[in-house]
Amino acid sequence: MSIFVNRETRVVVQGITGREGAFHTSQCLAYGTQIVAGVTPGKGGQNANGIQIFNSVHRAVITTAANCSLIFVPPTFAADAILEAADAGIELIIAITEGIPVLDMMRVKNYLAGKPVRLIGANCPGIISPGQCKIGIMPGSIHLAGGPVGVVSRSGTLTYEVVHQLSSQGIGQTTCLGIGGDPIVGTDFIDCLTAFENDPETRAIVMVGEIGGSAEEEAAAFIRERVSKPVVGFIAGLTAPPGRRMGHAGAIVCGSSGTAQAKLKTLTDAGVHVCRDLTSLGSYCSKVFADAL
Amino acid sequence: MKIHEFQTKELLRGFGVTVPAGALAVNPQQAVEVAERLGGWPVLLKAQIHAGGRGKAGGIKIVHDPSGVHEMASQLLSMTLVTPQTGPQGQKVGKLLVESGVDIEQELYLGMMVDRVRATITILASLSGGMNIEEVAAATPEKVIKIFVNPLLGLQPFHCRQVVYGLGLQPALAKECTKLLGNLYRMFLDCDCETLEINPLAISKAGELVALDAKAEFDDNALFRHQHLLEYRDSSEESPLEVEAARFGLNYINLSGNVGNMVNGAGLAMATMDIIKQAGAEPANFLDVGGGASAEMVENGLRIILSDPKVRGVLINIFGGILRCDVLAEGVVQAARKIGITLPVVIRMEGTNVLEGRRIFAESGLNLITAKDLHDAASKVAAMVAEEKR
Repeated sequence: MSIFVNRETRVVVQGITGREGAFHTSQCLAYGTQIVAGVTPGKGGQNANGIQIFNSVHRAVITTAANCSLIFVPPTFAADAILEAADAGIELIIAITEGIPVLDMMRVKNYLAGKPVRLIGANCPGIISPGQCKIGIMPGSIHLAGGPVGVVSRSGTLTYEVVHQLSSQGIGQTTCLGIGGDPIVGTDFIDCLTAFENDPETRAIVMVGEIGGSAEEEAAAFIRERVSKPVVGFIAGLTAPPGRRMGHAGAIVCGSSGTAQAKLKTLTDAGVHVCRDLTSLGSYCSKVFADAL
Repeated sequence: MKIHEFQTKELLRGFGVTVPAGALAVNPQQAVEVAERLGGWPVLLKAQIHAGGRGKAGGIKIVHDPSGVHEMASQLLSMTLVTPQTGPQGQKVGKLLVESGVDIEQELYLGMMVDRVRATITILASLSGGMNIEEVAAATPEKVIKIFVNPLLGLQPFHCRQVVYGLGLQPALAKECTKLLGNLYRMFLDCDCETLEINPLAISKAGELVALDAKAEFDDNALFRHQHLLEYRDSSEESPLEVEAARFGLNYINLSGNVGNMVNGAGLAMATMDIIKQAGAEPANFLDVGGGASAEMVENGLRIILSDPKVRGVLINIFGGILRCDVLAEGVVQAARKIGITLPVVIRMEGTNVLEGRRIFAESGLNLITAKDLHDAASKVAAMVAEEKR
């Protein structure tokens, strides 16, 4: 099994004719993902990568029964694209776009609250259930199908690093996803931890956090109360100077809040197996998870 | 993006907020002219730097009569202010805000900020004006009023009542404050602020609400729709290498260590800095070349790292996803040939087209040290630095 996506997921790509959209559509198709439609306003009726293009998500959903949207729309129009997907009845929206204004995402988050839709991202690498489907920009080849570890992260390439080390140790993954590096994102750590806890095939979890905000602290409290499966945690940014935005819009230490040290301590106190050395995370997992695998 | 106090006040004035009369001066003569024009005493001379904590560092002076302005202004303009926010190197003062003094009855705090946890615009208000609100909130949380505004609903009269009754303002001031909240909220949205803070907000003896000091920070991601705000950017407040990197679309932050590093992706870049530290060295920078970097960006990145005189060695850590290892290798080889690299460069690559990338390095004839994995890279960096120390 897997969380949020599987081989049945039917994907519409918003921004399918852009450089990134076109390239990653072909990569996802090659992985076996069911991409059933594309949307680029003004290009409806054309084809891209053999996929039919529509002018609106509504049209695409009516015609192809797509239930998931993958968004590559530039930041200027990305919030609108997310709202359009939600309004068209899409159940799962994955927004790759980096650089969406935070006030736009604040409106989006409040609009989506209480609706039967899940947003992953924005500013994220997407989601992959190895062997089933890849809906995002991660390199598919580093993943190992068959579980039993679920991976959730705020980052992109750092997640690839973690997954690569797991696969090198022969540890497969059920689902790997990035929740995004922006200050306001859709799905959070707790949503993913809940889903992994409920997924019978996921037997252990790796959580990769970074400086800024308090998502890791909230996750720690949740893990202590509600997660029975072993969790390995890693936090990036021990050496990040305060007050500077470290690449991700959300990765900033403000005053005394959001430091890596505080996050590591909270996670340790919550019973998370904290790995401090990224270079040996794979072997650390195979030790800690030995009983669960 | 941060801007100066005088710029924030200029914007606030445009949104109908009362600020003290004043103008900018870049030399002592100008300061004298502005002070005379203001036509009353005392006058404040306020150093304009982005960092907070200016008052304690001696960057704000009160002058009570015309004779003192010239001398005090030249003193301030020759200063390098060191505050907890500037770092030990401090920030040189190049501009002064010359402002009329205000007869103060009481000082308040009023701020608005993006609340990332609640996804709201959060209003903070307090009777403890002039103090660091984070410290006030930590020590005496009951003294800070917090109101959460859902942006889909917008600022409502009941929000304002919570603030003015919470502060215990008299009816006339309550009305003033409600108007002020509306104006600030409008500016917050219109300018895509991340924080907008008035601290202190004075109740003057004349019964007015006056923004004595103000700080605004804007969302970099939203600057594309605010061309007028870009004119407020002051690159003399930023490190020259960071300004240069930004021109090439590179995400670069200069730090105090001596191991330069270039990484794709912000999370991995932070983790790589941590690895350098764990290996016993100090990172000289943060540099995220991004997921979709071109050979040209890689070249520019490497050039910027190497133009930092502190750098004694370089670690390149790339996990090829979108950025393919062969593209990276081309960029590094090109840059190495052009710049003529003399420092040790350790390269760790993994991911898409890694074999092709390694071949390009091997055939380049350049002295580039390849690491077989992250662990190997870390120990090679440590060795590199140890060598340097000897």
